[in-house]
Amino acid sequence: MAEKVLMKGNEALAEAAICAGCHHFFGYPITPQTELAAYMAKKMPKIGGTYLQAESELASINMVLGAAAAGVRAMTSTSSPGLSLMTEGISYMAGCDLPALIVNVQRGGPGLGGIQPSQADYYQATKATGHGDFQLIVLAPSTVQEMVDMVFLAFELGEKYRMPAMLFSDGLLGQMMEPVVLPEPGDIKTVEKPWAVTGHGGKRKHNIVNSLYLEPNLLEDTVRARYERYAEAQRTEQRCEEFMVDDAEIVLVAYGASSRICRSAVTTARQQGIKAGLIRPITVWPFPNDAIQKAASHAKAFLSVEMSMGQMVDDVRLALNGARPTYFYGRTGGMIPSPAEVLEEIKKIQEGK
Amino acid sequence: MAVVFERPHALTDKVFSYCPGCPHGIVHRLVAETIDELGIEDRTIGISPVGCSVTAYDFFACDMVEAAHGRAPAVATGIKRARPDNIVFTYQGDGDLAAIGMAETVHAATRGENITVIFINNAIYGMTGGQMAPTTLPGQITQTTPYGRDVKAAGYPIRVCELLSTLDGVALAQRVTVDSVKHVREAKKAIKRAFENQVNGRGYSIIEVVSACPTNWGLTPSEALCWLRDNMLPYYPLGVYKDAYPEEGGAKK
Repeated sequence: MAEKVLMKGNEALAEAAICAGCHHFFGYPITPQTELAAYMAKKMPKIGGTYLQAESELASINMVLGAAAAGVRAMTSTSSPGLSLMTEGISYMAGCDLPALIVNVQRGGPGLGGIQPSQADYYQATKATGHGDFQLIVLAPSTVQEMVDMVFLAFELGEKYRMPAMLFSDGLLGQMMEPVVLPEPGDIKTVEKPWAVTGHGGKRKHNIVNSLYLEPNLLEDTVRARYERYAEAQRTEQRCEEFMVDDAEIVLVAYGASSRICRSAVTTARQQGIKAGLIRPITVWPFPNDAIQKAASHAKAFLSVEMSMGQMVDDVRLALNGARPTYFYGRTGGMIPSPAEVLEEIKKIQEGK
Repeated sequence: MAVVFERPHALTDKVFSYCPGCPHGIVHRLVAETIDELGIEDRTIGISPVGCSVTAYDFFACDMVEAAHGRAPAVATGIKRARPDNIVFTYQGDGDLAAIGMAETVHAATRGENITVIFINNAIYGMTGGQMAPTTLPGQITQTTPYGRDVKAAGYPIRVCELLSTLDGVALAQRVTVDSVKHVREAKKAIKRAFENQVNGRGYSIIEVVSACPTNWGLTPSEALCWLRDNMLPYYPLGVYKDAYPEEGGAKK
């Protein structure tokens, strides 16, 4: 077993990406993902990889597109305002069926917003990361160790389903330090990429990486085929962690940083005799509908806790389809809810207020 | 019977979709001949733009990527960094390269990305039906400058080769045209040097081809060539604007 090291979330993620065989990083400076790019800038030249500081997020995501089209594992990292600029390129990557890793270390918005942790990009990550019909794989770590583990998972799922994958972090997770175990080198699951542009080598017809279909019926067929892969991912890739859910009457739903706070609140509620539990989505796309629906068999109410004005709560409601009342509690703009605030919300629901 | 003229191997048998009198076909052929002559089709990756040549991916027989509008240099950068032994070229129009993609163009050039850029400057947006381009001439009538390009309101055209020639990362910046046999031959020589530079690892090379757009200029193909000579060439003089390796015997200005 490898030894534990103390690392900052952003740096652990960067190191894990290199371990996962990602030797091509393209990015543009933005807070609070700074340490991630800085780590790459320091490490990549030493391993013969590419760290390239692009002229903009528009350029960096299209560099990722190029490298992904060429068949290598490539990534970028940014924070909310930068992600907005990348949505064009992400749409093209989805339209070209290209796997790659996009890290969003979320901060407060809209506009320039703030630089403190936020979860206000949930709609953007799961509903509309650009124009057109498409989805991303979106993984939401809640610990530094998960940042490491999910980098591997993101590349693997992205390549399996030929989708761009997002690691949905935030300023809190990116900046905090925790002990982590880094993976042993050489444990990389890769797939063949016969579609990649590598030069045809005189051995095959030319490969074309393209998202343009001027015939509407062909475009519809292509999108439908893509949605069959999405449906398969929804059937088989839903991931979540359940904490004290088995007999819970009030089930909290929270991901990432806010799930850590909810875990404390649930623990305290239990000590006070309130049957609370927590479902922590690990994949926010595909959303863990099955776990939510299963919990509805015994839970009386659901509470979505987010660092936003309420975005994931829509997915909780969709999963429940009216079966149980669903409440929301959130702070936004970089404010982080406290366990006491969340406990207060649990009590309000318990008391039927 | 001896074959004296045939399609370059680097072009597919797909019929060009371009209008009568459009120079895209000539320039495609020059690029493909160059790829054949250098024997690099098996390792070449081309990037088509958004514009009339968007479907160039169907015409070139090498591996191809279709980029978002203006982003071809960034896509090329990603490919080249991932596969430095491959030959990577972009094929872009004036709106793509000098308007929406100017940042990507300038920065790929100043990084000295070891890529080849073929730039078609016809002073108009062709695919969307004839709007003002960054290279539309002062006074030129387009769909969006119906009274002629008023430089007070719409600014001045951009001379791309002159602008890029100030950048240290540029190996070759040359402007050519294909309005005559002589000029086609010069253009071929320039395009070949731009690819050879990449083969030799010399950095960013751009060949600007001053082109006609008879359809959107509202002229016949032959009238369009006259208009090109009378109006485009005085504003966009042909020549070598930067040649970092002149000892190689490049085209003279």
